[in-house]
Amino acid sequence: MDDVLTAVLQRHNFLTFVIIFLWGFYIMLTRYNLVKKLVGMYLVQTSVIFFLVTISAKRGATAPILLSTTAPIDPSAYANPLPHVLTLTAIVVGVATLGVALALCSAIYQTYGSLDEEEILKKLE
Amino acid sequence: MTIAVEIVLLILLLVTAAGAILVKDLMSAILLLGTYSFFLSLVWAWLGAVDVAFVEAVVGAGLATVLFLVTLFGTAPKDSRLRRPPPPIAALFALPLLGILLLYAANDLPEFGDPNSPASSHISPIYLENSFQDSHTPNVVTSVLMDYRSLDTMVETVVIFTAGIACALLLRRKAS
Repeated sequence: MDDVLTAVLQRHNFLTFVIIFLWGFYIMLTRYNLVKKLVGMYLVQTSVIFFLVTISAKRGATAPILLSTTAPIDPSAYANPLPHVLTLTAIVVGVATLGVALALCSAIYQTYGSLDEEEILKKLE
Repeated sequence: MTIAVEIVLLILLLVTAAGAILVKDLMSAILLLGTYSFFLSLVWAWLGAVDVAFVEAVVGAGLATVLFLVTLFGTAPKDSRLRRPPPPIAALFALPLLGILLLYAANDLPEFGDPNSPASSHISPIYLENSFQDSHTPNVVTSVLMDYRSLDTMVETVVIFTAGIACALLLRRKAS
């Protein structure tokens, strides 16, 4: 039990990821307002991306931009560039899907006059 | 010293995320969410991911906040429900269980900042060593994004185009 606790406390980025991920997920499940659900969805998305970027970090390394293009390159001096590339795509696609979800919210409000899940369900019956 | 800065940034991240969740007024919640995005981009710049930090500051803190605010101006800016029914039992059991499992698995993760972790040791040194010869760009992230994985990036624009068409169709239906 003790070694699990010290392992968690050494990886404070991972602890932050777990807290934000689970809290955002809980908001998506329990809130009735659609925009509030989308806030939770955004938190889940960004927390997963945060975890991926955390994996790419190396102790004492700089950003993956080559300092000298002629000298031989030491890979441990630069952060791992591959998670950065994948998360760039994930951020942009995430905001694109968020835009579609917000347009859906706007259309729902025009039709049903509310963003509350239960009021919408009542009007559907 | 370096650890202290990072912990302060992470605490600010948690506080702004909690604010975005707990505040009743949706407008304030969205603005706090923009602050959260900005602190996230600061953390990423701190970890050496400058390209990701720029994209998060522009797209996450800028564009996403603007999209949220435009939607709220067109709809109800308040959460109309003051009292919520109790949360479902399944969520109360499943989410802490998931959290305990995730934290239990932390023991097996590579140590933070370890240069020999599996993610950093298999193929990423090859990209770092060869990207300048192959694409003549000092920024390795740019050369991987625009050169090695250019097809991936091109199809990503198709995804964004589809999202744009979907938004246009949804909002046109509203006007008619």
